[in-house]
Amino acid sequence: MEWSILQQYGPSLLKGFGNTILCWALGTVFGMALGLVIALIQRYAPRWVTWIVQAYIEVIRGTPFLVQLFVLYYGGPLVGLRLDALPAGLLGLTIYGSPYFAEIFRSGFRAVPHGQIEAARAIGMSELNIVRRILLPLGLVSALPALVNFSIILTKETVILSIITVPELLYQVQRMSTETFRYLEANLVLALFFWGLVEAISRVGHRLEARITKHLVERT
Amino acid sequence: MPAASSVEIRKVNKHFGSFHALKDVDLSIPPGKVTCLIGPSGSGKSTLLRCINFLEEYDSGEVRIDGQLIGYDAPGKKMSGRKLREMRRSIGMVFQQFNLWPHMTAKENVAEGLIRVRGMSKSEAEGRAAEALAKVGLADKMANHPSRLSGGQQQRVAIARAIAMEPKLMLFDEPTSALDPELVGEVLNVMKTLAGEGMTMVVVTHEMGFAAHVADQVVFMEKGELVGVDSPDRILHHPEDARIQSFLRTYHERNSF
Ligand SMILES: Nc1ncnc2c1ncn2[C@@H]1O[C@H](COP(=O)(O)OP(=O)(O)OP(=O)(O)O)[C@@H](O)[C@H]1O
Ligand SMILES: [Mg+2]
Repeated sequence: MEWSILQQYGPSLLKGFGNTILCWALGTVFGMALGLVIALIQRYAPRWVTWIVQAYIEVIRGTPFLVQLFVLYYGGPLVGLRLDALPAGLLGLTIYGSPYFAEIFRSGFRAVPHGQIEAARAIGMSELNIVRRILLPLGLVSALPALVNFSIILTKETVILSIITVPELLYQVQRMSTETFRYLEANLVLALFFWGLVEAISRVGHRLEARITKHLVERT
Repeated sequence: MPAASSVEIRKVNKHFGSFHALKDVDLSIPPGKVTCLIGPSGSGKSTLLRCINFLEEYDSGEVRIDGQLIGYDAPGKKMSGRKLREMRRSIGMVFQQFNLWPHMTAKENVAEGLIRVRGMSKSEAEGRAAEALAKVGLADKMANHPSRLSGGQQQRVAIARAIAMEPKLMLFDEPTSALDPELVGEVLNVMKTLAGEGMTMVVVTHEMGFAAHVADQVVFMEKGELVGVDSPDRILHHPEDARIQSFLRTYHERNSF
């Protein structure tokens, strides 16, 4: 192994890693937000609207991320949607993650006991307040482990963005390997970076979970 | 204590799919009195109770609170959500499973409705919540989350949550059925106090002792019909209907040892 090569490529690898984190973080936040909106629509909108949303979910979940990215990046300009690689990648990640996040929120909402919602209705609370004060906080708690889990899965989907030339970590690693033929070192760096990122996310996730469920579990 | 409501139930029918759960139910619930609903499991007691605050939508007939139809503006024409919420503000409900909100403390559970529905400031609502909790004997448990309260304490918080809204009518659906036997008394005592203050109460219960001693009127239901509506003494001690006799026989057998 020849680690001295890292001195030369270190900065670009770090920059790639930065972009990976950026894409992951924004893609996750936007994907969650869109997923939440979809889950609320599924719960409250009229029947015909939920059908449209359901069709969206089926299409996105039924096609590979790679294909979605190609359609967005290379097909987009044909309908006037001309995006740079990074914004296209972000939009792609957001769209790709949204149906999964929506399903996670939906089952989180279903885990909220109906009686607790009826108790709010019985004292005359408005549906909007019920969502804000009861459904969202309790639904989020049930959904949290699955949300963390899926956002970990999303970290690894970010490498696909290299295909539309987003300069994230895999893109930099591939550049390094083709220029130096140091495939092993390059890919070890890739693995290490991802392992660290995933480890950090799951730790933060566990902390968060412990914190917000502190009052919810019966003391034994 | 605000004025107590009366309830008039006229020819109410309710179907679940093809199942006829309430059949032409007629019942007058007088103001300031306690009405107990008893009867075998599946007879429609909860369904009838839930029609009174329209948590269950009846298909036909009328339920009037102080003369005002609940749920509908006219037969077949649903009332707006705003109007329904307005009417529910003065109807308290207590459930078998307590249904406290687990992410809020006892005090927050009680204050929530005062803030969101009555539009009180947080500090005003918390003051009122503290009073309501003191009234049910929980002044020292205000900062506890439901997970740190016994079943009897949770049910008393649920009662405090309802009475803090100053209802004119209280509905109870088997409020003690989920409790360990030694915790039943503390909840019944709070209910007795409320009854003594002149609250209109409708109570679905299997506590025949409570029905016998506290109720002004006992209603026996079977298969979606009212079989008997009378004084506790006439229903529980001198029943004429064979169905009531057989129900009470089973009850006594199960509770004797
Ligand atoms: N949401 C529902 N969907 C379908 N059937 C229902 C529903 N709710 C109640 N029922 C049926 O209606 C009948 C009356 O139910 P209800 O809960 O009012 O009985 P109950 O007298 O309160 O019984 P219990 O003492 O067991 O609580 C039962 O046969 C029940 O299966
Ligand atoms: Mg019942």
